[in-house]
Amino acid sequence: MNHNLFNYCLQLGDTSLILSHRIAEYCSKAPHLEEDLAITNVGLDLLGQAESFLKYAAEIKNDGTNEDDLAYRRKEKDFKSIHLSEIPNFDFAFIITRQFLIDAYNSLLFSKLSESNDETISGIAKKSIKEIRYHLQRSKEWIIRLGQGTNESNKRIQNAIDELWMYTNELFYDSESEIELSKEGTATLSSALEKEWRNITSRTILEAGLSVPENIHYSLQYGKDGIHTEHLGYLLAEMQHLPLLYPDAKW
Amino acid sequence: MSEDNQGILWEVFLQPKPGRPFKHVGSLHAYDKKMAMTSARDLYTRRGEGKGIWLVKSQDIVSSHPEDGEAFFDPSNDKVYRHPTFYSIPDGVKHI
Repeated sequence: MNHNLFNYCLQLGDTSLILSHRIAEYCSKAPHLEEDLAITNVGLDLLGQAESFLKYAAEIKNDGTNEDDLAYRRKEKDFKSIHLSEIPNFDFAFIITRQFLIDAYNSLLFSKLSESNDETISGIAKKSIKEIRYHLQRSKEWIIRLGQGTNESNKRIQNAIDELWMYTNELFYDSESEIELSKEGTATLSSALEKEWRNITSRTILEAGLSVPENIHYSLQYGKDGIHTEHLGYLLAEMQHLPLLYPDAKW
Repeated sequence: MSEDNQGILWEVFLQPKPGRPFKHVGSLHAYDKKMAMTSARDLYTRRGEGKGIWLVKSQDIVSSHPEDGEAFFDPSNDKVYRHPTFYSIPDGVKHI
């Protein structure tokens, strides 16, 4: 089995899966009906991306494991989701900021992965990039709308940006599998995306009349290495509850 | 957010494919044009229903009033000669 490729697919799939679950938790709770449907749509797109990567990971593992086993029967330390995707839905500002920071990153990552020499990865990336460009357009417009909105919306979106910024360093941390696979042209180094990501996010944050956080104490341990925030365990307990309780359930 | 603060009401029109007329499909609430457009996309085109979207603020639509119905529409009821049904169409002409 190609361990690096397996781990890399988990890394890509897990971030989408965990973020998708966070969005699913928010279903029926958005400020109004239109937004509820729109954001749940984003969650479903992410779940589709996660399914594709986990399916491919299961194929690589080739021992009868399927994508559901990987999603619902893996332990916390085996997940490779980035910390930012795990952060709970404190309020709408956090949800939108978390989404915006990840959408900007994914738009760069997936456009690079469209050129991967691994056909499955480039195929998933080409399909996903269309969805991701739309996600980014939507979350970007919300950042600007909330930043330029009322005093209260401006204060809350700035607060969310300030609070979440400490997790952004992980986006540009190169995991072991990334380093190995990028030598072959299969993966892309996360560190190579940093400059453009900072351009995209700063431009929007400034346009919204907000400020980019400075002198941040970044998180030093990373989800890509299997070390997670205290939030992931609770999320998995809920997400995995049903398949663990009824292992053979069909629906 | 208070209940009456859902934003502006917009009417949504979809074009099934290029060249076809836009048809009214429903309405939505949004605070601005961009938000109305993304919401229309998410609410009304999830199943491939459209390739084009028009949005109009509901308040900008000029509408006839149901109470004007008699004066507006009834007088045409007995004027069948306005229908182009009294002409014989040559066999060679199609699509009429």
